[in-house]
Amino acid sequence: MKGYAKYFSNKLGWFLITFLFAFILNFLLPRLMPGDPVAAIVARQAQGMSNPSGVQAIYQQYTELFATDKPLIEQFFIYVQNVLKGDFGYSFSQYPRKVSDVLAASIWWTLMLQLPAILVGWTLGNILGALAAYLRGGFDKVLMPASLFLSSFPAFGMAVILLVVFAVNLKWFPTSGGYGFNLIPSPTPGFLGSAFVHYQLPFWSIVIIAIGGQAIGMRSMSIYELNSDYVKFARFMGIKDNRIVAYVFRNAMLPQVTGLALALGTMVGGALIAEIVFSYPGLGTTLLNGVMGQDYPLISASTLIITFMVLLATFVLEILYGVIDPRIKATQSD
Amino acid sequence: MSYTIREVFRSGKFVVGFTILVTILLIVFIYPLIVRHPPLQIIGQGTFFPPGIYVSTYDTVNAPTTYTLNLDKAESRRIANRLKPDDRVAMKEWLVAFGLPEEEIDTENTAQLLAQWEANYDPNLRLPGMTFARQRYFQRVNTSIQGLLSTEGAIIAVPNAETGALDQKGVVKQTDYANVNDVANVQLLVLGTDNFGRDILTELLAATAISLLIGLVAGIIATTIGLVLGLVAGYVGGMVDDGIMFVTNLFTVIPTFVLLILISFSIGQDQRGAITIAIVIGFTSWVWTARAVRSQVFSLRNRDHVNLSKLSGHSVFRIIYASILPYIASYVVMAFILQVSSGILAEAGLSILGLGPRTTETPTLGLMMNWAMIYQAHILGKWWAYLPVLLMIALVTFSMNLMNTGLDQVFNPALRD
Repeated sequence: MKGYAKYFSNKLGWFLITFLFAFILNFLLPRLMPGDPVAAIVARQAQGMSNPSGVQAIYQQYTELFATDKPLIEQFFIYVQNVLKGDFGYSFSQYPRKVSDVLAASIWWTLMLQLPAILVGWTLGNILGALAAYLRGGFDKVLMPASLFLSSFPAFGMAVILLVVFAVNLKWFPTSGGYGFNLIPSPTPGFLGSAFVHYQLPFWSIVIIAIGGQAIGMRSMSIYELNSDYVKFARFMGIKDNRIVAYVFRNAMLPQVTGLALALGTMVGGALIAEIVFSYPGLGTTLLNGVMGQDYPLISASTLIITFMVLLATFVLEILYGVIDPRIKATQSD
Repeated sequence: MSYTIREVFRSGKFVVGFTILVTILLIVFIYPLIVRHPPLQIIGQGTFFPPGIYVSTYDTVNAPTTYTLNLDKAESRRIANRLKPDDRVAMKEWLVAFGLPEEEIDTENTAQLLAQWEANYDPNLRLPGMTFARQRYFQRVNTSIQGLLSTEGAIIAVPNAETGALDQKGVVKQTDYANVNDVANVQLLVLGTDNFGRDILTELLAATAISLLIGLVAGIIATTIGLVLGLVAGYVGGMVDDGIMFVTNLFTVIPTFVLLILISFSIGQDQRGAITIAIVIGFTSWVWTARAVRSQVFSLRNRDHVNLSKLSGHSVFRIIYASILPYIASYVVMAFILQVSSGILAEAGLSILGLGPRTTETPTLGLMMNWAMIYQAHILGKWWAYLPVLLMIALVTFSMNLMNTGLDQVFNPALRD
């Protein structure tokens, strides 16, 4: 057990360090932005006001609210305090809504969409890739170029094509949103049904792209493994093909788990863009609104949450990897 | 070297990918030499003109010679063209309400539909259950159909400068034709116009050039940083290696996409040119190359030929250049191609988020996609605004990935079929 403990604490340490680093970057980068965001929001609020002292008063009120008049380091500690309390301040573009409320409304949509989609895509992709490596021939000849084409296709492109074919032309699915515009999110059958129908196109557009990328990797890994000495030896020993395939699959899977951990950031990024195409009420669309409204509290909070989720998922995958690969334990206890 | 190149060009996948890429490059370079108007010039007044040949109506009417052609189907074609699908459905609705069996009415068969309409429609008849507004609608439909069925020509008139009355200048008969060669102004818009009224084909090819440039710059920066860091970390080792690996590991797990968003947003709209975006992409995507180069150099640095070179007193640069680089060259080339294609995709993603290059000077593939999305081309069915862009992105990245797979199979014999 000592080997595992060492591995886990090592990974946990890394998780904390990267998160701290990402946190600082996340705070710093948007605040380097030229231009005064407070001036922008005041200009929007004070539209039609002709009283300069009134505008001045609004300006001061907002400056205090966002603490943009304090030095950067002081702002940082205020920010840390607030984040720990779960308070990301007010959204500039959707004032007086709090950023935490905006995000609380959108984060579940993204989580419910992307987590299953990436897992399903990964699983299907691995199965198809392993089959292609094992069967070769016609199946491989069709699957390989198709996967290559799919994986070089941007996720938003797949989203647009699915949208045009199945929502605009065939009218099987709605074109945008996460649920019918006449419904209020609630656990009623009507709402859940509508959410399910709206779920399909964004879900499959992410799954299909993921399948392409994973199938190629799994195929190469499986081919390497199938040509390796232990497979030849097992064949000479007369071990049944099914068992050999099971060994090969397991060995080829391991790098794929790491691969998923490393590709997660890219996949989530692509999927966020796909959300925008469908105006899905998740983080991607929130991010777009933030960019459009020059809303730095909202952008910084969304990117922080996205980073946190990706880092956490990577951490979980690495822990999982440690459990399923016995070699980890061996190398750590040396 | 020449052997390697010959070997590479024997790979089918590489050759296909290479051919696609070179074809795109050739088109992108040659087209602006022929069509010289600036890519972002607004020519159409209105949004999303469909692809086709645009003939000046004024010049057609005033063509120097008109020809008379008696074509059998001219009239029915004219009517079929003018009768909109909505009108056909409305006609069917009236006829069914009037009492005709529904299966006898075919909205596609123009001649039959018109005959049925002529035989049965009575503007004064008030059908039970039909609102007055609906009845007036059918009367309007009938009037327009009567207008279509007229065989008289259209009169061209000019207002008299003194009296203001219209003077007849000429008559355009239904059998009059103009030869396109006689018409002064004919414009071919192969892919129509976009939401701003700009010629999409010209815009697309200019955008492809810029996007390829962005990919290239991003790829060069990322590969250079990755290669240098990987070489130094792998060859020097020790503390330097630990330091570089610490930074590399940090950037491996922090999603690149998030960094791109934060940096692009921080730069601000006014400062974001295409090249700035390319540099930002380059500086955020070197991690993979650095990791892979490091691990390869790590395994190379204790080989005999490297040790021999060290014993001979060669400088570090010479050792790296002569004894290490040749071994990792194939990998670096492959990584570079991947960086270029993912740079193009990264730009597209950023632009869709509204964080792409500023929009006044140059189009990029991502920006074109962004415009099409904002103006809802995909929901309005204006396929020419987004499909060619998607296809171009897919073709460029696909060709590069294909080249990469081909190279992979040449350099990793285990993967060969």
